[in-house]
Amino acid sequence: MTVGIVMLVHTALGRAEQVARHWAASGCPVVIHVDKMVPKKTNDAFVKALSDLPDVLFSDRHRCEWGTWGIVAGSQSASELMLEKFPQVRHVYLASGSCLPLRPVQELIDYLADRPRTDFIESATTADVPWTVGGLDHERFTLRFPFSWKKHRYLFDRYVNFQRKIGYRRRIPRGIVPHMGSQWWCMTRQTLSAILQDPDRESYDRYFRKVWIPDESYFQTLARQYSTNIESRSLTLSKFDFQGKPHIFYDDHLQLLRRSDCFVARKIWPHADRLYEVFLTDAAGAMKRTEPNPGKIDRIFAKAVERRTRGRPGLYMQSRFPNYGWENGMTSGPYSVFQGFSDLFEDFEPWLAKATGARVHGHLFGPKRVEFAGGESVMNGALSDSAAIRDYVPAAFLTNLIWNTRGERQCFQMSPRDTQDAAEFVAKDPNAQISVISGAWSVPLFKSNRNFADIRKEAAKLQRIENDFLDIMRNPNAKARVRIWTMAEFIEAPMEPLQTIIDEIGHRALRRLSEVPKMAELAGFGQFLQNLKNQGMHPYLMGDFPVARDTSQNPRKPRKPYLVQ
Amino acid sequence: MGAWQSYRLRLKRRRWRIRAFRKRREMQPLANRTSRIKPGDILLFCTLRNEHIRLPFFLKYYREQGVNHFLFVDNDSTDGSGDYLAQQDDVSVWHANASYKKSRFGVDWLNWLQMRYAHGHWCLTVDPDEFLVYPFCDTRPLRALTDWLDASSIKSFAAMLLDMYPKGRIDEQPYRIGQDPLEIANWFDAGNYAISKNHNFGNLWIQGGPRSRVFFPDKPAKAPALNKIPLVKWHRSYVYASSTHMLLPRGLNLVYDEWGGEKASGVLLHTKFLDTFAAKAAEELTRNQHYSASVEYKAYAASLQDNPELWCKWSEKYINWRQLEILGLMSKGNWA
Repeated sequence: MTVGIVMLVHTALGRAEQVARHWAASGCPVVIHVDKMVPKKTNDAFVKALSDLPDVLFSDRHRCEWGTWGIVAGSQSASELMLEKFPQVRHVYLASGSCLPLRPVQELIDYLADRPRTDFIESATTADVPWTVGGLDHERFTLRFPFSWKKHRYLFDRYVNFQRKIGYRRRIPRGIVPHMGSQWWCMTRQTLSAILQDPDRESYDRYFRKVWIPDESYFQTLARQYSTNIESRSLTLSKFDFQGKPHIFYDDHLQLLRRSDCFVARKIWPHADRLYEVFLTDAAGAMKRTEPNPGKIDRIFAKAVERRTRGRPGLYMQSRFPNYGWENGMTSGPYSVFQGFSDLFEDFEPWLAKATGARVHGHLFGPKRVEFAGGESVMNGALSDSAAIRDYVPAAFLTNLIWNTRGERQCFQMSPRDTQDAAEFVAKDPNAQISVISGAWSVPLFKSNRNFADIRKEAAKLQRIENDFLDIMRNPNAKARVRIWTMAEFIEAPMEPLQTIIDEIGHRALRRLSEVPKMAELAGFGQFLQNLKNQGMHPYLMGDFPVARDTSQNPRKPRKPYLVQ
Repeated sequence: MGAWQSYRLRLKRRRWRIRAFRKRREMQPLANRTSRIKPGDILLFCTLRNEHIRLPFFLKYYREQGVNHFLFVDNDSTDGSGDYLAQQDDVSVWHANASYKKSRFGVDWLNWLQMRYAHGHWCLTVDPDEFLVYPFCDTRPLRALTDWLDASSIKSFAAMLLDMYPKGRIDEQPYRIGQDPLEIANWFDAGNYAISKNHNFGNLWIQGGPRSRVFFPDKPAKAPALNKIPLVKWHRSYVYASSTHMLLPRGLNLVYDEWGGEKASGVLLHTKFLDTFAAKAAEELTRNQHYSASVEYKAYAASLQDNPELWCKWSEKYINWRQLEILGLMSKGNWA
C-alpha cells in the first residue's frame, strides 16, 4: 500500500519535474495535471522530460484560473486516473508544483499506513472561520459569479451587489452542508472514490461549477458526506497573508522549515535553489536533527500579517502614513505635557526629572529654538533644535521625538509664549498626559522689570492664547488625559495634584513625594492682578486671588521649601 | 479626485510623453545592446555625468543584486564614463550633450528609453550614487522581490533616499575607484524626517535628514525631497513626473498604506557625500543645471566652506537592512 500524489502544475515546470522525480523515486505514483494555459510546446517538453518514469502519468488538461472550477476539474480527472491506474494506492495526496516534501517520503507513507481510514482534509462550516477574503463567506455558495475576480473586479463587485439587492439566492443541493478549508488534502481511496463515483455527482458538479473558489469547498463539503473519519487539518504547511495569497518560502527559511515537522510545505519560490537541494537530495538529514518547532513559522507569518494590517503604533514613514483616526496610536508611547509649572515653580524641570526618571525637556515649542533636555542642540534620531524645521511640520517633529526615544518617557513644557501649532495634535493624542495651571504665565510678568503698559499688553495677549489652548483641551474630540487647575486652586494645595501626576507617570515605585519643587515667591501677586484689572485688563484664568490674602499671609514669608509626609 | 483633475493629469502625462519623444534625438547610442534583453529581465536606468570613479562598484553592486541589463544616458562626461560603460557586456549607453536642465534633469531622456525598452519589465531607476536596500536583500536576490510584487499585484515599490555621510570632514577620506562607498560614508540620520501628502499626485513628500539639518536649518521647505519610487513594473504609458519622486498615472504613487498598516518598502542609500563632493558642487554651481536654480548646491557651497561635517552625536552607524527596518525607515510589509 502506498500514497499516490496528484500534482497540479502551472508554472516552474522544471521544479515540478524535480519534485515528481523525488516522489517517484520513493515509490509513490504521480499523476500530473498541467494547466491548459501552459503552451503546448512547453507542455510537450515537460511530458517528454518525465517519460522515463513509468509511474508518472499525465491527466486531461483543464483551464485553471484562480477561483474558478478548472482547478477542481483538474483534481477530479487526475484523481480518477490515479485510482484507475494504480490499485496499490490507498491514500491520494493533492499537491501543487510548488510544494516541497520536507520529511523523507517513507515517513509520510508510514504515517498514512498507520492511519488507513483517516482523511486529512481541512473542512469547517463557513460560519465558524474568519478566513474569507472580500467579505464573501456563505454568499460564495448562494450567489453567482460569472465575472473573474482578478480581471474584472469592477463587474464582479457590481454583480455581487446587484444580487444582494434583489435578494437573489441559489439553492444549495439537498443534503449538502457547505464546508470550506485548505485546498490541499490527502484522502483515502474509499472516500475519494465515493465522491468521484457518486450517482449524484453530476448535480453536485453543476452546482459547484458556479460557486466562488470551489477548490476550497468542493472536496471539503463532499468529504463530509462519505468519510468515516475526518481529521480536519491539512498535511501541507501553507500560510496565507491578509489577501488570502500564500506566503512564499525562500532559502533563508531553511532552518524554520527544518524544524517545522511538516510533511510538505507550499509554496516554495522556484529559484530557492538551496531549499530544493537540501530537501530533495539530502532527505534523511533534512528534517531530523533539531527539535521540531512548528510554532515559529506561525509566529513569523502572523507577525507579517499584523505588520501589514495594523503596523507599528506611532510610526509615520514612506510606506505607512495613516489617515486621521487610523493611526493605531498617534504616537508610539505615553508622554507628559506641562503648562504653567515651570512658571510657578523655580526648579520644576530638574525636580521632575529626579522624581520620575523621565527625560524632561524645556519648551520644545519655544519660539526661538527647541529647548531639548540639557540644552542639547540635537536629540535622538538627529532631531534638530531649529525652530524653523520643527514648525515646518510640527506634528512630525513630535511624533519623531516620541518614536526616537521609545522606551523612555518624555516630558516637556508648554506655555502661551510658545508656538501653538502642536496643541491640536497633542489634545487628540490618547498618549498625552496634559497638566495645565491656567494663568501661571502671569508669574514671570509679575516678576519682570518692565513698564506696566507693556505688561498689560503682553498679559492680554497671553491670556487670549491660553484661553484658545484651553478650548482645544476641553473640546469633546480631545482624547488626551487633560487636567486643568486655575493657579489659585493649585497653590491652595499643590501636593495633591503633583502626587497624582507623578504617580501616573509611574516610572518609580509608588511612594509619597518627599521633596517638592520650590514655588516662586508670590507676595504682592494679588495686588499685581488687581493693578491689571484697574487698567481694564481682567485676568480670569488664574482664578480668584483676593488682594487681601497676600497681606494676611505676609508674616509667613519667605516661603521655605516644605516637606510633606 | 474629480474628473476634471483626472483629465488634467492625463493631459500632463501626455505632454511629458510627447516631450520625451521629441528629446529622443538628443541621444546618440554609444553602445546599444538592447537586443540582448530577454523577457522578464530586470533593467536599470541611470543618467550620469563624470561619475567614472563610482561606476565599477555601482555595476558590481547591482549585478550582484540581479539586474540583467543596464541602460545609461551619459550627459557629456569628460572623464571617460561613456567609453568605460560602452565596454561592458550588459550595458547599453547613449550619449547626450544637450542641456540636463532642459531635459527636466534627465527625466525626459529616461522616459523615452523606458517607453522604448522597459515595457513589461521591472525597471529600477537610480543615480550612480544610490544603492538600493530592500527587505531580505542580504539573502534574497532582486528577482525574489519582483516575483513577490508580481504575485501581490503591486506595480511600484518605494525606497526613500537616505543620505549617508562620513564621520569627520567630508573630504577627509579619499574614495578609491572600485571601493564600496559605504566604507567611508556609513552614518545617517535615523529619525528627523517630516512627511506631508501631495494631494495632486497622491505621493508623500519627505524632507529632512542631514541636508535639512545642516544646510537648510532656516528654510526647511527648500530642503531636497527624499521620497522615491525607483522600482516599477513598467508599462509604456507610464512616465516619471519629477526625478523618481513621483509618477503618472498617480495610482503608482500610492506606495503607502493609509489605514494603519505598513506596505513593504526599501531605502536608497545615498552616498553623495564623499571627498568627490566638493569638486562636484563647485562644478554644478558654474553649470547651473540643477533643480530650482541649483539652490541646493548654493547652500552646500556656503556651508561646506566653513564646516564640512554632517556627523553629529546622534548619527546612526549603518549596519544592515534589519537595522533600518527596526528604526522605521523601511518596512517588510507582509513579506516574510
